Amino acid sequence: MATQHTRSLGRIAVAPSVIALFLWMIVPLGMTIYFSFLRYNLLDPGNESFIGLINYQYFLTDPAFLKALGNSLKIVGSVLAISVIGGTLLALLLDQAIYGRNFVRLMVIAPFFVMPTVSALVWKNMMMHPVSGLLAWLTTRLGFEPIDWFAHYPLAAVVIIVAWQWLPFATLILLTALQSMDEEQKEAAEMDGTPPLSYFRHMVLPHLARPITVVVLIETIFLLNVFAEIYVTGSGGRAGNMPYLVYFQGLLNFDVGGASAGGIIAVILANIVAFFLMRMIGKNLEG
Amino acid sequence: MGNITLKNVRKAFGDAVIIPDASLDIRNGEFVVFVGPSGCGKSTLLRLIAGLEDLTSGQIFIDGKDVSDIPPAQRGLSMVFQSYALYPHMSVRNNIGFGLKMAGLPKDEIDAKVAKAAATLNLTDYLERKPRQLSGGQRQRVAIGRAIVRQPKAFLFDEPLSNLDAALRVNMRVEIMQLHQDLGTTMIYVTHDQVEAMTMANRIVVLNKGNIEQVGSPLELYNKPDSLFVAGFIGSPKMNFITGPVAAAHKAATLGIRPEHINVVKGKGEWQGTIHFAEHLGADSFLHVDTVQAGRLTVRAPGDFEGRPGEAIALKPETVRMHRFDEKGLAIR
Repeated sequence: MATQHTRSLGRIAVAPSVIALFLWMIVPLGMTIYFSFLRYNLLDPGNESFIGLINYQYFLTDPAFLKALGNSLKIVGSVLAISVIGGTLLALLLDQAIYGRNFVRLMVIAPFFVMPTVSALVWKNMMMHPVSGLLAWLTTRLGFEPIDWFAHYPLAAVVIIVAWQWLPFATLILLTALQSMDEEQKEAAEMDGTPPLSYFRHMVLPHLARPITVVVLIETIFLLNVFAEIYVTGSGGRAGNMPYLVYFQGLLNFDVGGASAGGIIAVILANIVAFFLMRMIGKNLEG
Repeated sequence: MGNITLKNVRKAFGDAVIIPDASLDIRNGEFVVFVGPSGCGKSTLLRLIAGLEDLTSGQIFIDGKDVSDIPPAQRGLSMVFQSYALYPHMSVRNNIGFGLKMAGLPKDEIDAKVAKAAATLNLTDYLERKPRQLSGGQRQRVAIGRAIVRQPKAFLFDEPLSNLDAALRVNMRVEIMQLHQDLGTTMIYVTHDQVEAMTMANRIVVLNKGNIEQVGSPLELYNKPDSLFVAGFIGSPKMNFITGPVAAAHKAATLGIRPEHINVVKGKGEWQGTIHFAEHLGADSFLHVDTVQAGRLTVRAPGDFEGRPGEAIALKPETVRMHRFDEKGLAIR
């Protein structure tokens, strides 16, 4: 019962957590904005001075910026494509009544629970290592030269690692959606003589539109922030994305002001991406 | 044409036998109703005919052709589901036309057929809407429209009215009967509601635990039930069953008499008792009477009957309309 009284009481009740969350967000953001206007170098402490938009100018004109931005978008785009398409296929597979289904499902979900740092190390040293890696062993057994992933295709390697982590998430969400499909609707389609591919196109895909939207929105937020996989595998030099560039500015160049400016630019860019994303697919979430 | 023949049809899920052995002949143009309590296998039987379930053994023939191993879409049947099973993201037009599109018909032909079906069902104004924008009755009509455009040999209805409210159900009942009259196509209709069965059917198939108990016209089942089960299932209120000395006096294990065949009389009558409850429906009054001789009986009295609970009452059954059953529950004739 949302009467006037209970509503104001409700506001008072949630106020502490709302205020805490607001401060949680606004204090770091405010400090970052503040630092981004300073000349603030860790090699020269105590000599901070206000320099206006110079940090922004340097950051935006740095050739590393466009490259990092490109890498960010490539990582987001590729991982989204792999996890949505692969997730749909895996979900279709796992929706079948197969023997040991629950165990298989658990195994499929498992990568999602592995820490990014750990999975990056495992992939780098046990899977993709050109000498001792499993993939190298496989390719040599098949009579090919082993691929040195991180030397030649660092971005692809990072995409594979991140996709491996996010594929389970997409699978899980899409599988739950598939299981909520109406049985009688399947049977009606069967009575209508719908071949499997048409069934997928006309029944399954429209049914999955909404969960796919959710997957894309959530994954985009997290994928823009991928850092551990790049840092741990040491592929920041060529596969570095925006977060990595900010790290590079702040902790390798000791330029806190420049890093802050980069952080603010990253926030703005993320908001632009989110805006277009919502515009493009947000209508799927209505009705 | 739509002759459907079931020959020794058996269906089991693992150890659970749903339909032990059913044989049935459905003639072209008939309106056949499968009726029975929930879990009696009537829906399973319909789904076997549709091809949505596989036979464990036995055969199904449509127009003399064995369709037992033919997929549902090629059997030439249409089905209307209990939940309507409309495609939620398609417009009414596409819902109705989807089967034709899958059959590979040219677009203008589909459009013409959809338009015709929509006109028959008063759906022309709603063709561009989505199912969720329709009322229950309209959704039901779309489901029927989807069935009729395919010009099937027979329609299969799986409890199509059970999701509608009572008033709408009566309307749709009439509409489906009208449709049957207009199209003259075989219809098989599953329901647990014996009133629907009685009003709609040419022939009723009463099912009990997967067995066909009796097949016959509504009045045959009403007047000459073969078993206690059919006697108890057909007719509302339920037939009274009397055991003990009263039944023995008529040389039966169980004696059945419908509430409408017991008269309230002045004087002594055959049975005496007191009114326990009285349900006044206007046209009729249903009395629940505790009798000395025959236990609790339901009796139909005229609407203006003014008996009150606790009052003494005398009853006289119409002896010729009594039904006698033996120990196994089968009718003695």
